[in-house]
Amino acid sequence: MSGPGRARGAGSAHYQRMTKEERRASLRLLGSLLNPYTWQLIGLSIVVIVAQLASLAGPAIIAWGIDNGLPALAEGNAIPAIGAAATHILAALVAGGLMYVFIRWNMTLGQTMLYSLRKRLFLHSQRLDMKFHETYASGRTVARQTSDMDALAQLLNSGLDIMVGSVLQMVFTMVLIVSMDAPSGLVMAGLLVPATMLSVWFQKRSSVIYRQIQTNSARLISHFVETVSGIRAVKTYRRQQANGEIYAQLAEDHRQSALRSIHLFGIYQPTLRWLSSITIAAVLVVGGFRVLGGELQVGVLVALVLYARRFFQPIDEIANFYNTFQSAVAALEKISGLLAERPTVTDPKDPVELPEARGEIVFDNVSFRYQDDLPLALQPTSFRVPAGQTVAIVGSTGAGKSTIAKLMARFYDVTEGSITLDGVNIKDLDLETLTNHIVMVTQESYLFSGSVADNMAIGNPQATREEIRAAAKIIGADIFIDQLPEGFDTDVRARGGRMSAGQRQMISFGRAFLADPTVLILDEATSSLDAPTEAIVQEGLEELLGQRTSFIIAHRLSTVMIADRVLVVEDGQIIEDGTPEELISTGGQFSQLHQAWQDSLSHSELPASKQDGESDAR
Amino acid sequence: MIDAMGRLWRIIKPIRHRLFMGLMVTIAASVVGLMIPQVLGVLVNNLETSPTVATVWFAGGVIVALGLLEAVLMWLRRVFAVGPSTDIERKMRVRFYTWILDMPVAFHNDWGSGQLLSRAQQDVTQIRRWIAFGMIMMVSSAATIVVGLYMMSRSSVLLALIFMVIIFPIVVLTYRFQRDYSVFTRRSQDLNGEISTTVEQSVQGIRVLKAFGRSKQALANFDDDAVALRDNEIRKATTLARFDMFMLALPESMLGLSLLLGLLQVNSGAMNVGQLASFFATATLVVGPTRMVGMLFGQAVQTTTALERYFEVMDAENTIVSPTDPVTIDFDRATGELVMDEVRFRFHDAPEDAPDLFQGVNLHVRPGETMALVGVTGNGKSTLLQLVPRIFDITGGCITIDGVSVHDMDLDDLRRLTAFAFEDTTLFSFSVRDNVLLGVDPELPEEVRDDIAWEALHAADAGFVADLADGIDTHIGEQGFSLSGGQRQRIALARAIAARPALLLLDDPLSALDTKTEERVIAQLREVLDNTTTFIIAHRSSTVALADRVALLDHGKIAAVGTHQELLRTSSRYRYLMASPNQDVEVQS
Ligand SMILES: Nc1ncnc2c1ncn2[C@@H]1O[C@H](COP(=O)(O)OP(=O)(O)OP(=O)(O)O)[C@@H](O)[C@H]1O
Ligand SMILES: Nc1ncnc2c1ncn2[C@@H]1O[C@H](COP(=O)(O)OP(=O)(O)OP(=O)(O)O)[C@@H](O)[C@H]1O
Ligand SMILES: [Mg+2]
Ligand SMILES: [Mg+2]
Repeated sequence: MSGPGRARGAGSAHYQRMTKEERRASLRLLGSLLNPYTWQLIGLSIVVIVAQLASLAGPAIIAWGIDNGLPALAEGNAIPAIGAAATHILAALVAGGLMYVFIRWNMTLGQTMLYSLRKRLFLHSQRLDMKFHETYASGRTVARQTSDMDALAQLLNSGLDIMVGSVLQMVFTMVLIVSMDAPSGLVMAGLLVPATMLSVWFQKRSSVIYRQIQTNSARLISHFVETVSGIRAVKTYRRQQANGEIYAQLAEDHRQSALRSIHLFGIYQPTLRWLSSITIAAVLVVGGFRVLGGELQVGVLVALVLYARRFFQPIDEIANFYNTFQSAVAALEKISGLLAERPTVTDPKDPVELPEARGEIVFDNVSFRYQDDLPLALQPTSFRVPAGQTVAIVGSTGAGKSTIAKLMARFYDVTEGSITLDGVNIKDLDLETLTNHIVMVTQESYLFSGSVADNMAIGNPQATREEIRAAAKIIGADIFIDQLPEGFDTDVRARGGRMSAGQRQMISFGRAFLADPTVLILDEATSSLDAPTEAIVQEGLEELLGQRTSFIIAHRLSTVMIADRVLVVEDGQIIEDGTPEELISTGGQFSQLHQAWQDSLSHSELPASKQDGESDAR
Repeated sequence: MIDAMGRLWRIIKPIRHRLFMGLMVTIAASVVGLMIPQVLGVLVNNLETSPTVATVWFAGGVIVALGLLEAVLMWLRRVFAVGPSTDIERKMRVRFYTWILDMPVAFHNDWGSGQLLSRAQQDVTQIRRWIAFGMIMMVSSAATIVVGLYMMSRSSVLLALIFMVIIFPIVVLTYRFQRDYSVFTRRSQDLNGEISTTVEQSVQGIRVLKAFGRSKQALANFDDDAVALRDNEIRKATTLARFDMFMLALPESMLGLSLLLGLLQVNSGAMNVGQLASFFATATLVVGPTRMVGMLFGQAVQTTTALERYFEVMDAENTIVSPTDPVTIDFDRATGELVMDEVRFRFHDAPEDAPDLFQGVNLHVRPGETMALVGVTGNGKSTLLQLVPRIFDITGGCITIDGVSVHDMDLDDLRRLTAFAFEDTTLFSFSVRDNVLLGVDPELPEEVRDDIAWEALHAADAGFVADLADGIDTHIGEQGFSLSGGQRQRIALARAIAARPALLLLDDPLSALDTKTEERVIAQLREVLDNTTTFIIAHRSSTVALADRVALLDHGKIAAVGTHQELLRTSSRYRYLMASPNQDVEVQS
């Protein structure tokens, strides 16, 4: 959704012509798509050529039939006439058969390419780092995979047909015409000059417009996706009308650019058609005089005129195709732009093997900033966590707790210093190895549409149903899951819309159980749970932690108190470090927190006298 | 198909005159185009019989003139048809968008954004293409064929009749083609929708995928859709290829047959060479449109599917709408007093045998009071809160604000009376300012809006905003992911406060805050919310302490209402819920 105040408009300076560089990049991408299939493309071209020849033969056969069959018939010889007719029919059948082969083969090939590009794009977007995803709206990625792919599909569907078929059709027609009558050929060649000039003009204009269309439709899509994703806020804050106006404006921009392209084409195509009529007239006049002079037979003139008409047909198609090509190139530009993004967090060149990890984590002078122009989110920090220790990270909001966690999970790379796992810099581990050993349950419990079981299996795709069920049971989630209409197979819907916040958290928590990593990071994994449910989860947690190294970020001290060690973070710095007892006794920030917590507990202390009277608890 | 086309008619009705003009000029263009072979025929005959220089020049001149006329007519088609049809496209798109924004949340839950998006984009574009191009070309191609056949019959009735024979197999083929093709088309369009959803989720859920290193699994999911789409497209293409094969081979074969018969006829003197020449010249012009008709049939099928998909959404019943005769609300005197009376609710897709989620909730939140709502995870607290601004509609009982049933209020008024802070902070990718001012009257002067924004931010203890890169104008990424969890939550809270509602609905708004910040926020809220009726969901006793009274939701009913201390004394269920985990072990056993 675009902000209400921002300027927008199709006319803005944003739409410059594609730079040479970008254009080359998009053509390179196209090349890399086509490259593996060179032989198939050649085969397809042959099919097109033969099909063209077969359908081109038509007028020639007719002309031959008129000029040779007719005199023969007059002499009582029907064989040339029958022969001509049979050849024509044969040519028609061959052309038809090849047409079938071509369409099928071509589409299969095109879809195969699209499919591999889709996958490549998807994988690439998955590889890109968090920094990228924070700025590239999901709607834009969706646009790459949908509307841009559509544009490309159109190119792949008709590309070869036009590029090879139509161009060759023109060449063949020209050759035929010249061989039948050279002067007519000259006339046509002469008219090709204005036709080419017209096409170049059109091409220049349309490439600009096509980029506008692409940009505008991506905006339309982004706005749509974001609004629909946030539909509840849109409703409660009565944004329907305001958003409707924004969308209407975006749709109007989109329409304007589409309109411009259609109008441009609307000038180009008829002009071209007129040129073709002029050519016919010219051929007719030139040929007519030559018939008058006895240099040309009437049948040949008829064929020439028929060919003259056909000669220009492909230009029409080529121009039409140019539309397709332009929008495909614009789409390719967007796609190659995304593919050109390089993740800053990458696999190392020479990864260190680490099949088993003990789980010792060391921060050595680690500092971090999210962007070059932002202050340090984490001041130079050093600490060592021996294998098996349970560490709680506490601190006020925005202090940098999640930042520490995200650095360990290598969402971002440290600005200075190093983080090591068992003495190995985590940058030297394959991301796959790293996520095998270090797993983080993020602060946002995002569920994917799909079943509860599928969502939990994100922790371990190999997990059996029994294992999933067992994991759910440990954290007490099995009770509510069993009550769902289809139990573990219930669809949780997009973003887990069918689940309550706490249920979502429990499911994402369950993922960690299944993942079974050496180092576990829990970022506010129980913040939406009520106290009794949290207690159950916590029991499960203690079981899970066992000998694991773990980092628990929590605001509720009940969770913190099970830790061996507490790190207090404030303003991107660790200001206290020690066992809970130590920190309470030294009287720092943590002890204050603890005191406040104790106080709040005493609010809910059971008045002893009443306790016996009630028995309905659970 | 007929139904869909009927609706198409209703869509194009407002522009029917322009479309009709477009159609007329297109037909005229093809008729003019068809005249050119006639000129050829006349000239050829002349050349055979009485050749003169003048006829040659004349024929050439006529063709140039006809060509120009044809070009102008072609240009006119776009002038007439394209402008209004893109306007229709835009209107359909905007109508779709406004419509789905009005549709209940339950509808969105059912559909998913990908499906909706592909309908708003691809399907609407398809419909426009059909209106501006396909439909007109279809009619004009048919006209070309008819006129062409007539002209061919002027050359030779027999040849024209023979050519016409192929029309029957073509009709049969076309019918069968459209039947098969539509199935594949629809499936492709659906799969496209699924792909958008998968891609969208793979990006929005990127943190989870990265944290568990599950890009491969995400790819596998995506792959399923992509493979299905690819295979379906190939099957679709095969159908098309078979159809095109016949559409090419049939007429051309017929021309071969016509050649033989034509030659025989010329030989017998039934027609002359010029007529034969113009027959073939016309036939080449007619063959094009027959193939075109085939292609257009494919398009027609796709359009029908697109229309069905579009209207599938537009026809969905909107169950949550403003009453026809809403009660006027006096916002100045609204107190936000909330009464729930025997409220019942169940989700529309809940299984038959499941009990209602709410089985008669009775609750009274007094004017100006802050009432906390507590209950175990997943027992319906969020849902109950969402019943108030009618995000979901109750299935029984009554909810009133200031004595007026929420069903008697205009939805806009209702949502102006209330403001909501969701438990999952939905922030949009615009500046902090625009996010906070989401529910504030945009007509207000800039300074006033600014004051409101800052006041709300302070109340939510979100002063950190000033320290962001561009202060309050910092653009926060999609879902506000460049902020910490607690920062997001406070901005969402500020947004609810800034709307200055009579009734504030806060769904666990402090869950991501540390105890200290929570304390500060509570203290500030106390001041700001002094006169605002507030209904707040809470898990922690520290948040509950903010409230004047607490309501305990349990098993679909309000089990107890009272002050925190009262409930601690009187309700063991409440004690159980509020107890810290450590103590709770004893309570449970
Ligand atoms: N992606 C990001 N880009 C820029 N700044 C960020 C980003 N994520 C976090 N920050 C900033 O870094 C600081 C630390 O954020 P972090 O998420 O680590 O806080 P936290 O301690 O986890 O807080 P909370 O308890 O609210 O989750 C905050 O000031 C935040 O605004
Ligand atoms: N759209 C829906 N369709 C069907 N069932 C739903 C839907 N949304 C929520 N539920 C179910 O309704 C119940 C109540 O959900 P709700 O979100 O109101 O719980 P909650 O009390 O807010 O829980 P929490 O404390 O975890 O936030 C849950 O069991 C949930 O699974
Ligand atoms: Mg955090
Ligand atoms: Mg909830």
